[in-house]
Amino acid sequence: MREIVMSYAAALREALREEMRRDPNIVILGEDVGAWGGVFTVTLGLLQEFGPQRVIDTPISEAAIVGAAIGMALAGLRPVAEIMYMDFITIAMDQLITHAAKLRFMSGGKIKLPIVVRTQYGIGRAYGPQHSQFVPSWFLQPGLKVVAPSTPADAKGLLKASLREDNPVLFIEAALLYEVTGPVPEGEHIVPIGVADIKRKGSDVTIVAISRTVHEALKAAEILSEKHGIEAEVVDPRTLYPLDLKTIASSVRKTGRLVVTTDEIKSGSVAADIVSKIVEDPDTFYSLEATPEIISSPDMPVPTPAPLEKLYMINAEKIVNAVLRIVK
Amino acid sequence: MSVDIEHIGTIDPSKYDELGIGREDLMWFWRTMVLIRRFEEKVIKLFEEKRLVGASHLYIGMEAIATGVMRALEKDDYIVSTYRSHGHALARGISPRLVMAELFGRATGTNKGLGGSMHASMYPEVGIMLTTAIVGSGVPVAAGLGYAIKYKGEKRVVTVFFGDGAVNTGAFHEGANMIGLWKLPVIMVCENNLYGMGGRVDRVTAGSKDFSVIHRALAYGIRGIVVDGFDPVAVYIAARKAVEYARKGNGPTFIEARAYRFLGHNLKDPQRYRSREEVEIWKKKDAIPRMKRILVEHGYATEEELEGVETEILREIEDSVEFAEKSPILSFEELYNFIYA
Repeated sequence: MREIVMSYAAALREALREEMRRDPNIVILGEDVGAWGGVFTVTLGLLQEFGPQRVIDTPISEAAIVGAAIGMALAGLRPVAEIMYMDFITIAMDQLITHAAKLRFMSGGKIKLPIVVRTQYGIGRAYGPQHSQFVPSWFLQPGLKVVAPSTPADAKGLLKASLREDNPVLFIEAALLYEVTGPVPEGEHIVPIGVADIKRKGSDVTIVAISRTVHEALKAAEILSEKHGIEAEVVDPRTLYPLDLKTIASSVRKTGRLVVTTDEIKSGSVAADIVSKIVEDPDTFYSLEATPEIISSPDMPVPTPAPLEKLYMINAEKIVNAVLRIVK
Repeated sequence: MSVDIEHIGTIDPSKYDELGIGREDLMWFWRTMVLIRRFEEKVIKLFEEKRLVGASHLYIGMEAIATGVMRALEKDDYIVSTYRSHGHALARGISPRLVMAELFGRATGTNKGLGGSMHASMYPEVGIMLTTAIVGSGVPVAAGLGYAIKYKGEKRVVTVFFGDGAVNTGAFHEGANMIGLWKLPVIMVCENNLYGMGGRVDRVTAGSKDFSVIHRALAYGIRGIVVDGFDPVAVYIAARKAVEYARKGNGPTFIEARAYRFLGHNLKDPQRYRSREEVEIWKKKDAIPRMKRILVEHGYATEEELEGVETEILREIEDSVEFAEKSPILSFEELYNFIYA
């Protein structure tokens, strides 16, 4: 398949455009997704191509955006609901967790809810505690699938897969990723939900990196290789729930060492969930040659001042240091 | 934008003919209300006998609302229901067997027993697409259903039921705003039984006059109808107007059906927030004996005929219990099949 270099935002836009051309039941709803084109430009131009009936500017009403998406899906549409910042999703929590994730189960398997809720976390832009949170672990709920692609190619492929999925999907993007560029296969490029990807092969340590931190982990891996002769394997889970434990565990069994990197706070994080699942698996546990490490943000709200936020965020250097602590 | 409020009070039987209400309608109203009443009386008994456990929010006193509304709807219309679900289910024509089996948590119930009493009416087969146990949460879902109807150019309408307590939730306001803004084909039916759990309307609702919540509709440019919720004919007339209005593409209507919950919020409610005297006063408005009187006094039916119908209903309810108790419960392993499509 021919590949074109494009940004993460453009890759998402391409996925939406291709799928909307294919399936007239797909509609987009959210705040400023139409005329504005999405505050991160993901839906730019879609209003012009598909019209206001399919690219719906809504009031600032997160609960009703997700609630209306449920109603649309019950009536046979395939809505894509955009929640502008992940912080705002708490307002829609009832609709997403207590309704969307539960309806199939409590209807005895009768109801099918093809909904994609797109959102992004805004860390790294000096926007402060209410516009920066990355809280995927709140959504590890049966009935819901949670994906968090890190590259333009995965963004496109996972969004296309999500738009063909018959279950509600929480699709988490990151503000700092939108301008990241990379090769993206043209046309029918699908990345299946629930499959991790090895972004770099290595034999000495497994770095499981989530979303934005994949890029920091890859930088760290280069430094480790060049300066320390350590070959890190970087695994991107891509789907956080259900987790592709098999791929992660087999990498850990090979390297004997595990570092998990994330923009979450450590307590109650997806990173902690991954570590717990790894150490609970006897085969993998006994292959460990060092204690696993989680490199996350500290248990603190995201500070607003840019220099303090920079200290708060994880980076390649912090990952290198963690690896050096456990690889001796 | 100014919006009208229409008031529809108890309808005098002398008006039935000109309103196009005939014997068939009246018999259906009476039968449906009696079915709901006797069904729930049986449910109370089953709880007392500890044959039923779990939640149970009874509809007794409010039967005329679901009965009047459902009569005005077509087969392919959508409905969003609430945890006070038994009346909605039966009035929509779901077999008492399926509803009772759902209450018993049996695999033969409307939701294989996995919904239980609070979701017993959720049955997409008859258009009840969602039955929510979270107050107010059905309103935005109704907005989405309404949007889809409009998007596909269909002639359906959506009816969303909710209680008086729902009008103070965020979901209600967000959803009502969308419904009003986009003029969606939605009939919002507020079952105002005066109490949200123990909170009486006037004690929990800003701007309420005479225990009404209709002012909430006006804020969103939605026309309102306040109707006597003890008269199935009045409710039917209100719903018929709202349905015609929506089907013509004119948009939503907010119907406030004024009724009263004869029993507690649920079977565990000690009802310390209201007096016995108050309940007795309201019980005088009971729709069922009134409808029976009208049927007999105006020659629509004889006492014997009605007794025959009632006996048949009681038999149907006994049969539903027998069916439910004989039905299997899902195995635990099967549950894993229902999490994802």
